[in-house]
Amino acid sequence: MRWLRWLLPGLFGLLALGGWEWVVRAKAIPPYILPGPVLVARTLVRDWDSLSVSLAVTLQITFAALAVAAALGLLLAVLFSQSRLLELSLFPYAVVLQVTPIIAVAPLIIIWVEDVRVALLICAWIVAFFPILSNTTLGLNSTDRNLEDLFRLYGASRWQKLWRLRLPTALPYFLAGLRISGGLSLIGAIAAEFVAGTGGAASGLAYRILEAGFQLQIPRMFAALVLISASGILIYLALSLLSHLLLRRWHDSERS
Amino acid sequence: MSLVSLQGVTRRFPRGALALEGLDLDIEPGEFLAVLGPSGCGKSTMLRLIAGLDAPDAGTIAAPGLARQIGFVFQEPTLMPWASALCNVALPLELAGTPRRAAEAQAAAMLARVELQGFEHSYPRALSGGMRMRVSIARALVTRPRLLLMDEPFAALDEITRFRLNNDLLALWRELRCTVVFVTHSVFESVYLAERIAVMRARPGRVVAQHLVPAAERADPEFRTSAGYAAHCRAVSHSLSLAMERA
Repeated sequence: MRWLRWLLPGLFGLLALGGWEWVVRAKAIPPYILPGPVLVARTLVRDWDSLSVSLAVTLQITFAALAVAAALGLLLAVLFSQSRLLELSLFPYAVVLQVTPIIAVAPLIIIWVEDVRVALLICAWIVAFFPILSNTTLGLNSTDRNLEDLFRLYGASRWQKLWRLRLPTALPYFLAGLRISGGLSLIGAIAAEFVAGTGGAASGLAYRILEAGFQLQIPRMFAALVLISASGILIYLALSLLSHLLLRRWHDSERS
Repeated sequence: MSLVSLQGVTRRFPRGALALEGLDLDIEPGEFLAVLGPSGCGKSTMLRLIAGLDAPDAGTIAAPGLARQIGFVFQEPTLMPWASALCNVALPLELAGTPRRAAEAQAAAMLARVELQGFEHSYPRALSGGMRMRVSIARALVTRPRLLLMDEPFAALDEITRFRLNNDLLALWRELRCTVVFVTHSVFESVYLAERIAVMRARPGRVVAQHLVPAAERADPEFRTSAGYAAHCRAVSHSLSLAMERA
């Protein structure tokens, strides 16, 4: 049954791509309206040099944002778990940050922050940060009551309780948040790039899409899109693997 | 002198109902005491008070010289799922500052005592319910506590596993000579295990009857199937039904 999991979506994808190519050819649809997958693949190979540079730029911002989101989200969640007062005062603002559409805030951030890459990083971070914070906070507060009692009975210090009880309890929650944030940081980076619209050497994939759109190079637009989707899938798979490796020995979600 | 002495202990639930009222109970050093009562009679509350996990609203709990040398076994095995059996058992020692190697050596010895050699590196998920409870007991005993508090530890286990664990627990108690307070709602279990049975009533909880099972009778290997055992069970059942009528 395991191979079906890969075979079925693979077959479906091939079928869809074949159908797409067939429609484009049969109806003679011009490539500036809808290019076929073969042309998109060819463009991807032809333009790889410039597209790969942009991919690297976007991925750099994505990974930096994810790393900062993970570190700050975890740190803040730990602080919240240590001080209910702090959690009550700050958590609503984290929600505000989360519910405000990044597209609406990005122009401001890009005006305020001089370095465009830092501005993009901040935008992507804002989008990616919340799932890690809220999941980890939930995890840190989900400790088994009896285990809490046990730690109290043996006179565990605050630090021992955090390190040996609360953080391990929160780990599966943190990893689930990280998996969501991985995709979100890519979305945040792309959205911010669209708003910033920076050209030149430091431009990411979103700018390539804008540029290709202006020049009616629709196959190139699709090629950039393929790269973005592939990156998102790889990020998700990598984070799932990380989660599997860390939880496989003990967590119920990893029961085969 | 008693190891722990509870005098007039009263404890309210958060919503104001009385969990315990005027509870008097002395726990003697080295004894195996069973506390028997219907559910909701405050047995668990009493254990938490003795363990210092909760404080009484009125009355006193004196434990001169006990110095918190207490082991606690919960109704559930309450193991850390992310840690191996060995790490779970070593936890109390490590929390007290014992270096890891020494703690793990003692933990391994205690696991062997509860017949879990070879399972040191198994995670709780991979162990059966009975084995998990053995790990939990090993963890409670690894600090060599003077008082072992057990809160219906075998209630969720099947009958066969429960019988085995009862026997193993008695053997451990005879070997380690610590004081055991064993909360249960099973008359048969209490008579089989304990030298003394305190029967509690509910709402509000307090001890209403005590029953002794002489050591000479308990020493008989056939005790569980003897006429004496049945007579004790009948007598304790009778006290329990009286206690429940009063509630």
